[in-house]
Amino acid sequence: MLKSLIVAVLIGFSLMAGASAGTLDVVKGRGFLNCGSNPGLAGFGLPDDKGEWHGFDIDFCRAVAAAIFDDPTKVKFLPLSSKDRFTALQSGEIDLLSRNTSWTLSREVGQGFLFTGITYYDGQGFMVHRKLNVSSALELSGASICVQQGTTTELNLADFFRSNNLPYEPVTFATGDEALKAYETGRCDALTTDASGLYAQRAKLTNPADHVVLPEIISKEPLGPLVRQGDDQWFNLVRWVNFAMVNAEEDGVNSKNLEEKTKSESPEIKRLLGFEGNFGEGLGLTRDWIYRIIKHVGNYGEVFDRNLGDGSKLKIKRGINSLWTKGGLHYAPPVR
Amino acid sequence: MASNSIAPGGTYLSHKNAPVLPPPKQKDAWWERLRRSFFGTPLSAFLTLLSSGLILWLTPDLLRFVLFDAVWNAPDGEACRVPGAGACWAFVWHKLPYFIFGSYPEHERWRVVVTLVLGALLLAWLLWPQKMGKHPDKPFAAALLFLVYPLVALVLLLGAPIFGLPMVDTDLWGGIFLSLVVAGVGIVVSMPLGIILALGRRSSLPVIALASTSFIEFVRGVPMITVLFMANFMLPLFLPETVHIDRLSRPLVGVALFASAYMAEVVRGGLQAVPKGQYEGSAALGFTTWQSLRLVILPQAIVHVIPGIVNTFIGLFKDTTLVAIVGIFDFLRTVETARLDPVWAGPTISATGYLFAALFYGTICFGMSRYSIGIERRLAERKKGRVA
Repeated sequence: MLKSLIVAVLIGFSLMAGASAGTLDVVKGRGFLNCGSNPGLAGFGLPDDKGEWHGFDIDFCRAVAAAIFDDPTKVKFLPLSSKDRFTALQSGEIDLLSRNTSWTLSREVGQGFLFTGITYYDGQGFMVHRKLNVSSALELSGASICVQQGTTTELNLADFFRSNNLPYEPVTFATGDEALKAYETGRCDALTTDASGLYAQRAKLTNPADHVVLPEIISKEPLGPLVRQGDDQWFNLVRWVNFAMVNAEEDGVNSKNLEEKTKSESPEIKRLLGFEGNFGEGLGLTRDWIYRIIKHVGNYGEVFDRNLGDGSKLKIKRGINSLWTKGGLHYAPPVR
Repeated sequence: MASNSIAPGGTYLSHKNAPVLPPPKQKDAWWERLRRSFFGTPLSAFLTLLSSGLILWLTPDLLRFVLFDAVWNAPDGEACRVPGAGACWAFVWHKLPYFIFGSYPEHERWRVVVTLVLGALLLAWLLWPQKMGKHPDKPFAAALLFLVYPLVALVLLLGAPIFGLPMVDTDLWGGIFLSLVVAGVGIVVSMPLGIILALGRRSSLPVIALASTSFIEFVRGVPMITVLFMANFMLPLFLPETVHIDRLSRPLVGVALFASAYMAEVVRGGLQAVPKGQYEGSAALGFTTWQSLRLVILPQAIVHVIPGIVNTFIGLFKDTTLVAIVGIFDFLRTVETARLDPVWAGPTISATGYLFAALFYGTICFGMSRYSIGIERRLAERKKGRVA
């Protein structure tokens, strides 16, 4: 197989013309997007039985691919561990990292990245058994709480109970799975970790419906895609793909009513779908870039519902991830 | 008492040979032998009790989990989440195509099957014990397997639009088939390259010796994870943006070079065990260096180190799981992700998945080790035959 190796290496050397071009031109020239994804997180990025990737973060990459190529399959996913993800982005191995990464100051200033926006407002939450009849984390006074040790989760937990002057008993475990097991066997009253993770953990329980995730979010984990600094065109493009999907939901445009909406007289929708103005070309795309995103991937709400919400096994509530018009935090600048 | 006498110095001396007696009858019953091997000394009695206690303690639970309470058939994880349910074999069964093929497109999977079956047949032909004195067809099989098969496999797996086979990018490769590709490339490359490096290290030409030695020492001095990580995440830093090397071939090269360095040291051990007289003898017979290596030295050297070679292969096969850290979905990685699927996720899913993985790796490595023992035994018999 020595020969096959040499041939494989030679085939791998697919040289392309042009030196040090912008990311968008490189992506277009290459013919597909390289997207860093999570190697396995239910709802956010996970291969299905056929090995096809699905998930909330995955769909964002597909949306970017749809905007550029009019084809959501023109994206290659590189599953990255939480340690390798930044190196891969820095080295140019990927064009975009969409891997439930929290937006923090040090990641932008210290490591040379730019977050293009927040696609999912995550934060630490609590899960309790339904029979406890607890509806708020503030009722957890004196409760024993299962938590993974050595994480910021443990710290946030202490802060929350101290600032609310509530007694509690932390029960720490080395891994999330151990904590879940202890919670299930009744070792503690509540389980705490990031809310998105709580829903994924709940799905592993014997009777998922017997457990509820409390509404309180006690820490800020704004998750979003990020790119390298220094390429404003690419940064803008990725940022506006997110805004476009949120705007589409706000305007009631989804993948099912798309054809119908193309006939809409609303100036906002006309601008959104590229019938008025020429906003796509400013981004280095075509006029109908949002149309393409909605057609292939859907608007923000559809993506959320399909991967995380009621259309999925996780059944995560929209909560703070609702649109601003519905009491949530998702607010996108207008396309005009 | 004339036949006995007192020898000088006071020792007793017999003048008659002792009568030849038949060997003592095996009077121990089987339980007696059993008793001696298990309760011969207090220590062994203690160990016997301890280990049988351990087995008795663990076996019922293990059997219960693996067999009696296992869920064999279920459409999703519901049945496996029932309290007290055992291993969820339905999950393994359901995910088996993913475990075997990874993300390889469904309607192209026959190509993987053909490649694997072809490889297995060729390998079986090459490894089948050969009868003494029969005309050897092994060189032919080896040529097919090492020279023709890789090209066929490459065309089949990667695709060739000329033959009507659509391209399948390596980022879609995964599962057991990918693990076998990585291990296969490693094994097939490391054997010849390892021999070359070993000979190079013993070469009298300083440049070659130095190059081989420094390569071997460098590769052995760096952890494999570092090499893989460098190849996949750091390499693009040093290359122009537009140069793209396939993401799978990089770790493949890494694994192959790695295995070669270790193999070189194993083979060198074998070379050193060949007596100097063998070199001198073959030189005296007028063999060229190459002939003497091929016909006299290497056959003996390799035979000496078969356990070491197989040991390296087994290690390499298990090391293939390391490619997962650079985002390649080998078999273990597919198990890791499949268990997260919310449709199946449940208390027993992880255990079931890992059990299946252990079974797979265990079976293959055990097979390799049995085969090597078989070869050693055959070679020993042949040697005995020659001596007698």
